Amino acid sequence: MDGHLLSWVLFTPLIGMAVLLLIPAERKNLIRLWANIAALAGFLVSLPLVFRFDKDASGFQFVEKADWIPALGVKYMIGIDGISLLLVMLTTVIGCIAILSSWNAIQDRVKEYYAMFLLQQTGIIGVFVSLDFFLFFVFWEVVLVPMYFIIGVWGGPRKLYAAIKFFIYTLAGGALMLLGILTLYFEHFKQFGYYTFEISELMKLNLSPVMEQWVFWAFFIGFAIKVPMFPFHTWLPDAHVEAPTAGSVVLASVLLKMGTYGFIRFSLPLLPKASVNAAIVQVLVALSLIGIIYGALVSLMQQDWKKLVAYSSVSHLGFCTLGIFALNPNGLAGSVIQQINHGISTGMLFLVVGIAYERRHTRDFKEFGGLGHVMPVYAIVAAIAMLSSAGLPLLNGFIGEFTILQGAFEANRAWAAIAVTGIIFGAAYLLWMYQRTMLGQITNPKNLRLPDLSFRELATFLPLIAWAIWIGVYPQPHFAVLEKPVAQIVERVRPDYFQKPVQQAEAPRAAEVAR
Amino acid sequence: MEQQLWIIPALPLAGFLVNGLLGRRLPKAAVTAVAITSVALSFLWVLKTVTGLMPLDAAYVERYFDWIRVGSLRIGCDLMMDRLTAVMVLVVTGVGLLIHIYAAGYMAHDTGYARFFAYLNLFMFFMLTLVLAANYLLMFVGWEGVGLCSYLLIGFWFLRKSATNAGNKAFIVNRVGDFGFSLAIFLLVINFNTLDFGEVFAKLSGWPVENTVGTLTLVGLLLLLGATGKSAQVPLYVWLPDAMEGPTPVSALIHAATMVTAGVYMVARTAPLYLKAPMALEMVALIGLVTAFFAATIGLVQNDIKKVFAYSTVSQLGYMFLGVGTGAFAAGIFHLVTHAFFKALLFLGAGSVIHALSGEQDLRIMGGLRKKTPWTFWTLACASVSIAGVPFTAGFFSKDEILVAAYHHAPWMYWVGTLAAGMTAFYVFRAFFLAFFGEYRGEGHPHESPAVMTLPLAALALLSLAGGFIPVPGWLEPLFGAPSAHHNPVLVAVSVSFGLAGIFLAWLFYVARPELPGALATRFSGIYRTVLNKYYVDEIYNAAIVKPVVEGSRSLLWKGIDVELIDASVNGIAARARGVGDMLRRMQSGYIRNYAAWVLLGAVVLMLAIGGTR
Repeated sequence: MDGHLLSWVLFTPLIGMAVLLLIPAERKNLIRLWANIAALAGFLVSLPLVFRFDKDASGFQFVEKADWIPALGVKYMIGIDGISLLLVMLTTVIGCIAILSSWNAIQDRVKEYYAMFLLQQTGIIGVFVSLDFFLFFVFWEVVLVPMYFIIGVWGGPRKLYAAIKFFIYTLAGGALMLLGILTLYFEHFKQFGYYTFEISELMKLNLSPVMEQWVFWAFFIGFAIKVPMFPFHTWLPDAHVEAPTAGSVVLASVLLKMGTYGFIRFSLPLLPKASVNAAIVQVLVALSLIGIIYGALVSLMQQDWKKLVAYSSVSHLGFCTLGIFALNPNGLAGSVIQQINHGISTGMLFLVVGIAYERRHTRDFKEFGGLGHVMPVYAIVAAIAMLSSAGLPLLNGFIGEFTILQGAFEANRAWAAIAVTGIIFGAAYLLWMYQRTMLGQITNPKNLRLPDLSFRELATFLPLIAWAIWIGVYPQPHFAVLEKPVAQIVERVRPDYFQKPVQQAEAPRAAEVAR
Repeated sequence: MEQQLWIIPALPLAGFLVNGLLGRRLPKAAVTAVAITSVALSFLWVLKTVTGLMPLDAAYVERYFDWIRVGSLRIGCDLMMDRLTAVMVLVVTGVGLLIHIYAAGYMAHDTGYARFFAYLNLFMFFMLTLVLAANYLLMFVGWEGVGLCSYLLIGFWFLRKSATNAGNKAFIVNRVGDFGFSLAIFLLVINFNTLDFGEVFAKLSGWPVENTVGTLTLVGLLLLLGATGKSAQVPLYVWLPDAMEGPTPVSALIHAATMVTAGVYMVARTAPLYLKAPMALEMVALIGLVTAFFAATIGLVQNDIKKVFAYSTVSQLGYMFLGVGTGAFAAGIFHLVTHAFFKALLFLGAGSVIHALSGEQDLRIMGGLRKKTPWTFWTLACASVSIAGVPFTAGFFSKDEILVAAYHHAPWMYWVGTLAAGMTAFYVFRAFFLAFFGEYRGEGHPHESPAVMTLPLAALALLSLAGGFIPVPGWLEPLFGAPSAHHNPVLVAVSVSFGLAGIFLAWLFYVARPELPGALATRFSGIYRTVLNKYYVDEIYNAAIVKPVVEGSRSLLWKGIDVELIDASVNGIAARARGVGDMLRRMQSGYIRNYAAWVLLGAVVLMLAIGGTR
């Protein structure tokens, strides 16, 4: 197992799925139990990555390389750096939680449901560990399918509409991305005389600025839809509202990160000239800022609990893309941390909504109010989720927002100033959400006898709460694994960045003031 | 490390964890014991450290671990103690302890007893973090944390909509202030690459005084914006009066004695920077003066006893800003200390009155409580003379220092401040006379509060009378230098006589000639109504900011752009795509593996096709 640790991480869920398919469909509880075991195994197998990861080493670790389709130059090549490490861990943790949260929620086609989920786990991990662009693309598309079915089969009343919308959007983005990939592929052949999809090989390409920009925009469509960035976000609220709880949790916590990860892993290092192009940066930052404020303002107006959380993702992911295109270490590291944070806090928020939905089969704010009265533990958990999302210090969100904004401020003061207003609105919609659901008198008699969290339900929150506090109080281990890869990316896109130490920048400023 | 400063905030944190996690299962006595003991021990630990560090001429810093280290920026989890911190932690733990004891009586019959003390202890933790922090970001942690506790405690009675609304308002208005605070932090990082107080001020010493708007002025103004939020100054004061929805011990502890003074503390802590940014400092003084005057006028006519004291707090905080803004940092902090004594007492006394009247807060249906609640009467009398600036009480000394400094800065500021002092005396004694003199106008059966409540009142009464003799300004001299202005008997006499005149007028209006106020209100009904309605500021904010944001978001952004523009155009494509989707689904028969193969195949075909064209 030693030399292939990462492959084990990647394929454990798939093996779990294969075994699961052998279990007769009517033995629902056995299927549930097995799915949970498989997910937990997926997490346990990924745990050694954390302990064996060398934060001081540069480049990729746990690398495995083998020919897959030699005729096309396609390789099975996987490996992780600090960025992928965090996202892989997020995936395995969230996977366990999502599967655990489904125990009672899913009663129909239980077997297919869990099979989809396990398949999806492998797909997502594959996206985060692939070092071959073709392999990456395969996993990228594989992920699309289980989610399509999870929404389309186990979703709410408008599930088909939402599932197809999700599917079409992402497929369209994927197609354009594929064109970009193929451009690089053939260009590599032209320049070096052999075909390869290997990222490190493609990085050696010398593209004309114009071609870089074309490829950048092709990638952009694929990634921006996934993130989703304004104005490609309208599939998200529908998908979330219709998806079952666990689907929403994985969708928000992990799937969206495929987009931001794509920008960091591919757009920036492969297309450094386009990534620093002033016009491109301005467009990307503008869309991020619009997303931050627009997402928050639209959240403010929602009557549907889940839709509010969905729109809040648009706002939070805006911070992530803002951090990326600040193009400095603070912005990038903050962005990755914030991706993890969003996974934790929005995952919790969707679980919170799901628990209310399981009990009442509605998500309309008018139906709730005063839940804190009958479900005190639930109200506390919801408060922690809300505060983590609102970026309160000593919880995770604050660390990410602070670092991103510091990076954005370094790049351009106005960007940071605009983004900070998003935090004000963020507090507003989250507090209103909390007030309308948890506080006040119980106005609806149906809410009078709701049971508080069961042990299983509480168990889905505890790991996330612990992680939220860990990042909030002592984020250093997370920053430590990010230091090298982030520095490499910044070095790649802005070779002159590290050449001027910050201390030197101070003196002339002081002199400036004197004049 | 030998002083273990971290124990000071850690003790209330432990209290919070015990009461927060187990409180509902613990007996009430245990909850009380945990809550009060943790604060008492924290107070004792403060005494131990301060005496252990004497004479405390230089800042003493303890560094625990790197909190955030990213790029070249390093922010430590560091605590520090200097003379300014010492004053703050003594006030916070000392007054906090008295209020905890009082609250044990005041909240005795509340169903959320354990939750209340858990929040209160959590507040102590964050407030102590705020004042002990050795850098701006850790201070910001405390700053946000006390805001959270304020939110939780304002909305403590969460069944009341007005209470949860007030909590939201407080949190959101404070976030507006935090906008400034965070940008100031970013500016500091960009310019100094550190947020450590010591390092920032050391690097700063090479900078010239800014006579135009430069970096330091900008930092000063942005920090001021943060301070106006937390310390309820114009234009962000609007949340504090509403915050009175919280239980009265909360009003005393958080919304009078400690949290709301955080802005004053922050400006004083940043004194080295403000001294290099005179324009920003001038702005601090102006904001303070405007607030002191403006809030005092509103206080004149309020009928809710807690609202009177709330506007009084806003106004007194204005005095503190006037003090630090005119460069009299020690005077501002001195007033912060004495204000903590007499304003906490005013609120706790008001709480005792409310308790006696089973929840009544309207001054118009009080009266004659002098004989029924003698302890409350006498202790409130002490607080009232102190805030009115009657000679040799605590309020007299600190207010006098500020007004003298204001005179030396700009005489007109002194006059405005003195006028506000007269109004202060008037509104406080108006409330005092309305509650305790005349005949009882209500229908309840007023009763004196238990000893657990009156003893803290007595302790605070003593401090309100004699607290002025605590040599706070002298103690702070090594930090802020000796005051440039010297005491001027004429100025003192003038401001004292304004105060006495205020008391006399209140006596005339509400004891001797009780028909006068009504007549005046009728005569000047336009002005009266405007002031009674707090100049309609809430309404203006609502119409100018809240409404447009809400309506714009709903009809323009969501229903307009999102649904009509983006989604409608996308749905055109989606409708056509539906057919494709159906086809795909039929191809699927529910299993993915086939589909994955299709994707693979498609990709290969596409690739070959493109490759072939080259």
